[in-house]
Amino acid sequence: MSTLPLVALVGNPNAGKSALFNALTGARQKVGNYPGVTVERHSGRLALADGRPVELVDLPGAYSLEPGSPDERVTRDVVTGAQAGERLPDALVVVVDAANLDNHLRFTLQLLALGLPVVVALNMIDLAERDGLVLDPAVLSRELGVPVIPTVAVRRRGIDLLLEELSTAVGGATAMKLRPSDPALHEDIVTLQRRARRIATAATVSETPTRRWNHLLDTVALHPVVGPVLLLALLFVMFQSVFSWSEAPIGWIETGLAALADGIKDVLPDGFLRSLLVDGLIAGVGAVIVFLPQILILFAFILVLEASGYMVRAAFLMDRLMAQVGLSGRAFIPLLSSFACAVPGIMATRTIDDEKDRLTTILIAPLMTCSARLPVYTLIIGALIPNTRLAPLIGLQGLVMFGLYVLGIVAAFLAALVLRRTVTKGASSGFMMEMPKYQWPRLGDIGIGLWSRATIFLKRAGTTIALTVVILWALASFPQAPSGQKQSEYSIAGRIASGIEVVVKPIGFNHDIALALLPAMAAREAAVGAIATVYSIDNPDEDAGEVRLADRLKGRWSLATALAFLMWFVFAPQCISTIAVTRRETNGWKWPLFMVGYLFAAAYIMAGITYWLAVAAGL
Amino acid sequence: MSACSLEHLPQRQRATVAAIDWDRLAVPEARRLRELGFDEGVGVEVLHRASLGKGPIACRIGRMTVALRRAVAGRIQVALIA
Repeated sequence: MSTLPLVALVGNPNAGKSALFNALTGARQKVGNYPGVTVERHSGRLALADGRPVELVDLPGAYSLEPGSPDERVTRDVVTGAQAGERLPDALVVVVDAANLDNHLRFTLQLLALGLPVVVALNMIDLAERDGLVLDPAVLSRELGVPVIPTVAVRRRGIDLLLEELSTAVGGATAMKLRPSDPALHEDIVTLQRRARRIATAATVSETPTRRWNHLLDTVALHPVVGPVLLLALLFVMFQSVFSWSEAPIGWIETGLAALADGIKDVLPDGFLRSLLVDGLIAGVGAVIVFLPQILILFAFILVLEASGYMVRAAFLMDRLMAQVGLSGRAFIPLLSSFACAVPGIMATRTIDDEKDRLTTILIAPLMTCSARLPVYTLIIGALIPNTRLAPLIGLQGLVMFGLYVLGIVAAFLAALVLRRTVTKGASSGFMMEMPKYQWPRLGDIGIGLWSRATIFLKRAGTTIALTVVILWALASFPQAPSGQKQSEYSIAGRIASGIEVVVKPIGFNHDIALALLPAMAAREAAVGAIATVYSIDNPDEDAGEVRLADRLKGRWSLATALAFLMWFVFAPQCISTIAVTRRETNGWKWPLFMVGYLFAAAYIMAGITYWLAVAAGL
Repeated sequence: MSACSLEHLPQRQRATVAAIDWDRLAVPEARRLRELGFDEGVGVEVLHRASLGKGPIACRIGRMTVALRRAVAGRIQVALIA
């Protein structure tokens, strides 16, 4: 553990804490986890004004020291020195929204009562001024008894002054011991709130009510008719962009991979190592990496929607619909994130106060079409669904893809409806949330968010997926098949697959699919890598780029099989990471096992129904 | 000065919170309501209603905009400011 002095950034949600964290630490950030809980620990190093290095940790936003969610509990435990694996901070930077002092000062008063050295960042002072609010930081500083620095984190205003004050606060003579007996710690919320309001009034020089932009935007965004239409249009543009904007970068990655494979073939003689590199790693991992552009585009949209403040409006609009299946509008945010990946989606459920509501959201999150399914869907649809135009701008392939997304959503809602009446039965949950001001998302903050997503994805491609692909390559390459027999059937992997095939044959799955299902358990997109690796081993003479994977599938799979395979992937919980995060978030094996069970059962039944209906229809 | 519940407060009509029926709210709901600044005497105003039927409402409380469901808004009595 680092022995640098620790400074904790703490404040209400929507105080601009993360922007301040980014402004203070730049890209020098580390994302870890607190032991025992899945709350992410964001930390970074920075140099104080006097040059001393300190570690800065960004605590989850909280309304008070009385925790209502796992996130808020971590915040309380860190600032009181009770968090396992974390040292007591040497100083706190309390971030308050200048335009929302009445509310944010209440939490500040609670934090001040802890007795740690505090510097208050009076953040987003520019937005407050735009709203016609003039504040006197000197009065606020006198009332609170600590330094108050006006800041605009997104424009790096006030950062130097903040660092100067921190130099005094960290390790200075002002450092005090914890005072857990301070009455303010135990005062009830209402009393503290009234004190906070008094201080806010004292620090307010003048207040001119202005017609706020915010209100005008909300009049449109939350309009009973225009609002939902706008939301639908936004979602449509988002999913369209995922496909249309990614075409070019995917092409570049494919070209690069093909060049790499050719280069290796030129340098290495035919044999074990060349096969491992070209057929195993490049074919397998490459098939997954080409989806990086799509995943990043999807995350970029979600990050922008979140940073701009629109996401909460979307939750507001969706609340009524979600209430029909026993959820709340809050569940919309984790569910939308699950379209990118269920893991951050499930982690985002932590903001849902109600336990039953949260559990239901976790259990249905894997039904949202995550980006790991895209490689599978794109491959199968591209290979086996005819590219006919049904109408101008509407192609059959696109329609099938759209249908799979809709199916996931419908299935999730039906599952929620059933779960809320059976296993997660309980009083209908509430919906209460602060609606932050609209803000222009800052490019740098989005960039940092995307960078961390990209590294997580590439790390996974480089470790989990590379490992499964290499294991599969080994199992599929040995023992060598005698001539006249197919390598993919004779090898160890082939024999394991023949065992699985017995179970999945009734739902129309062939030997290739049985072979792909096992590695897909590690991650869905590994199915594509597995199929690519197996075909590459079966046909070692062809150049990787010469015969496209899609063309190889055409001759071997019937349309009924392809449809059943797609249906399977709508439901099947084939993702170790999702199961692991569910176990951590629900503190045990009971719910992840339930989730895996109900989703596999649904996958098997639905794939079977699809297959037999398709066969009956003569496909 | 007349009174009604926040649920039925006309849009853009300024009011103050007169009374909150804390006992008829779930414990976490009451706690969150307090944390968001709901308290007797605080200025409140309905800004938006989600849908014509039963959707949530967005209201200004103090300097904050908060979304809540109608059932909760119905527990909050407000006094209209002329």
